[in-house]
Amino acid sequence: MTAAESGTYNDFTQINLGGLTRDGEDGVSEVSYIILDVLDELQLLQPQASVHISTKTPERFLKYACSVIRHGSGYPSVFNSDAVFMEQLGMGKTVQDARTGGTSGCVETGSFGKEAYILHGYLNVPKVLELTLNNGVDPLTGKQVGIATGDPLGFTSFDDLYGAFEKQLNYVVETKIKADNYIQRMFAQYAPAPYLSVLIEGCIDSGRDYYNGGPKYNSDYIQCCGIGTVTDSLSALKKHVYEEGTVTMQDLLQALKDNWQGHEPLRQTIWNRTPFFGNDDEYADVIMQRVYETLLDTIDGRNSPKGPTYHVNMLSTTCHIYFGKMLGATPNGRFARVPQSDGTSPEHGADRNGPTAVVKSLSKMDQLKSGGTLLNQRFLPSVLAGDGGLDKMAKLIRTYFNLGGHHVQFNVVDTETLRKAQKNPEAYRGLLVRVAGYSDYFVDLDEHHQEEIIARTTQESF
Amino acid sequence: MEKITGMIFDIKRYSIHDGPGIRTTFFLKGCPLSCWWCHNPEGISAEPVMTYRAGRCISCGECIAVCPTGAWSRRPDGTPERDMTKCTSCRACERRCPTTAIQFAGRTISVADVVAEAKKDIPFFDASGGGVTFSGGEPILQPLFLGAALQALREEGIHTAVDTSGCAPEQDLLRIAEYTDLFLFDVKIVDQTLHELYTNAKNDHILSNLKALDAWLAKGGQKNISIRIPLIPGVNDSEAGLLQAITFIRSLRSVQSVHILPYHSAGSAKYRNIGMEYRMGSTQPPSAEEVERVLALFRGHGIDAVQGG
Repeated sequence: MTAAESGTYNDFTQINLGGLTRDGEDGVSEVSYIILDVLDELQLLQPQASVHISTKTPERFLKYACSVIRHGSGYPSVFNSDAVFMEQLGMGKTVQDARTGGTSGCVETGSFGKEAYILHGYLNVPKVLELTLNNGVDPLTGKQVGIATGDPLGFTSFDDLYGAFEKQLNYVVETKIKADNYIQRMFAQYAPAPYLSVLIEGCIDSGRDYYNGGPKYNSDYIQCCGIGTVTDSLSALKKHVYEEGTVTMQDLLQALKDNWQGHEPLRQTIWNRTPFFGNDDEYADVIMQRVYETLLDTIDGRNSPKGPTYHVNMLSTTCHIYFGKMLGATPNGRFARVPQSDGTSPEHGADRNGPTAVVKSLSKMDQLKSGGTLLNQRFLPSVLAGDGGLDKMAKLIRTYFNLGGHHVQFNVVDTETLRKAQKNPEAYRGLLVRVAGYSDYFVDLDEHHQEEIIARTTQESF
Repeated sequence: MEKITGMIFDIKRYSIHDGPGIRTTFFLKGCPLSCWWCHNPEGISAEPVMTYRAGRCISCGECIAVCPTGAWSRRPDGTPERDMTKCTSCRACERRCPTTAIQFAGRTISVADVVAEAKKDIPFFDASGGGVTFSGGEPILQPLFLGAALQALREEGIHTAVDTSGCAPEQDLLRIAEYTDLFLFDVKIVDQTLHELYTNAKNDHILSNLKALDAWLAKGGQKNISIRIPLIPGVNDSEAGLLQAITFIRSLRSVQSVHILPYHSAGSAKYRNIGMEYRMGSTQPPSAEEVERVLALFRGHGIDAVQGG
């Protein structure tokens, strides 16, 4: 991934505030508040800060963090310590090691100082569906990059289609892991990290390098992108092709090939009359669960040179934009080459029932089985005004975490402000927005990223 | 009781200005008033009302093709135009419209479905002290449905609020009071003549209803009326008018809070969508200083009024 593809640069340092101590007590101290004050006052781009909220965290600390978020910088991001703890236990860590860990980078769970947890690259899940709909051929290049899983015109049911999608996914993941394992062996042999190995527990005891399975714990994450886009696309196919016959598979494939040009009424029908992820709608949310379970079945516990260390992570960083550029029109009504959904957030503009519905949909994903999820929410300042607005934001976060959410972050800006910043960047040099798992200066982002921030659903509330 | 139905025009989750905590608000159709500043004009008629959002329309012509009475036609520029005198509200265009540019405000919902919708957000209600609010329109104009819904929600342990203009039969108001945890009661204008000019109705029975409700609640020692005063520039913001409101509110015993809701024009686009005239013109919202002046006036008379819901 080059700078052009990621569209930003950040060293992804993350200061974890609050959370739990090694003995399971509340980790909030006076220093936690002081660091929040400093971050609020200086409006620094780096280092980033996150607050970690457990059932033991005092409400006043959460509200204090919310008041900093309300100033609009997009940080601190907010994590559920209890979920992070459970995720660590699920990956085989001791209780204490699970508590002394946290999150780094964007949202990735790990045990600090005891673990090599490595991101192995992003997986464009909607692209796998696109390959499935083209029998393994990438329609953007005409090349056969997947396997032949059958002519979609021959599928007689949604389950036929889904079965082909599973086969395609399995092929892509196997190919990816084969390459990843090769790279892992190269790192271990030709690019060891002796200094890091001295600092990470287990390397000295085992006499092995950080990259060679030396640490006490080893995790290899594959970051699955576009769950919103792929869920909505499958939902559209299920409802409109296989259940209601609104459109035939042949006509839909033609519309996708034409990037919806000449098919606007069909695109509008699908965009407005399909159950989409993020609305607390069982029809769509059940499809999301099925895709998520398929990802877990396909990835979790696969072997690396260090053992069964592959796990699912659900963050996209900025890859949803790059992956969107590499993706044709999708059956959910999305145009070719525009961004796909970010992290585990709903597709842009697809969530139409407010933030509680988004939270409910997200809570149906069994997030504790992942190494991290990422939910972006953008609020206009008016929604968070006054002590009442702040209190309700805190309660929204608490409820998401009660329901098993891993992470949520907020952009608190209005569209008008962002448009003004586009027109007059000089006057908005200091405007920070949350891009993915971090904040950046809005005017430093390229136009695509700026438009993408604006497109993220605004959760207005009158 | 669960099968009783009512007519609503919207459901809003994460309502944070219609009572305490995070709430789900159901907007019931029909209102005897037609206040100039009303920001839900599609709720005034008791019948479904067609809304047309030109900004969403792609001029595909489906509405024209499907309309059995010729209410839709094409303008020279290709965009559709409606003649509501020919519309029979068969809603064929709504069902066909791909963009949802055409939607009818108004659909029936059963008490069971109200409860099911409300239960979706119980985790948020419990965390925030929220619940369900019935607003409108004037919700008490559907007393059977409202009463049954309130009762069913109480059985589920869900906090309930009713946002009322007070313009409803007294017996209906008192009947639902038994199942209502909080009343959001509007006091718009105390002066009779001005009230009739700006709302198209007299206010004597509104004020007597408020007194009757207040007395009924006071018997049980309940302080669960939240007074809401929309602050409309040039209409009810004179000192004399506000002092009348203050005097009236001070005579009540069951008031727990007083809210000043500054005028906003967010509803003005809706008038265009339903083909109604917006009579507030270009009235601007009151300034922060103006709102502060009004709050200070209330405080000076022993009423701790707050801004917003």
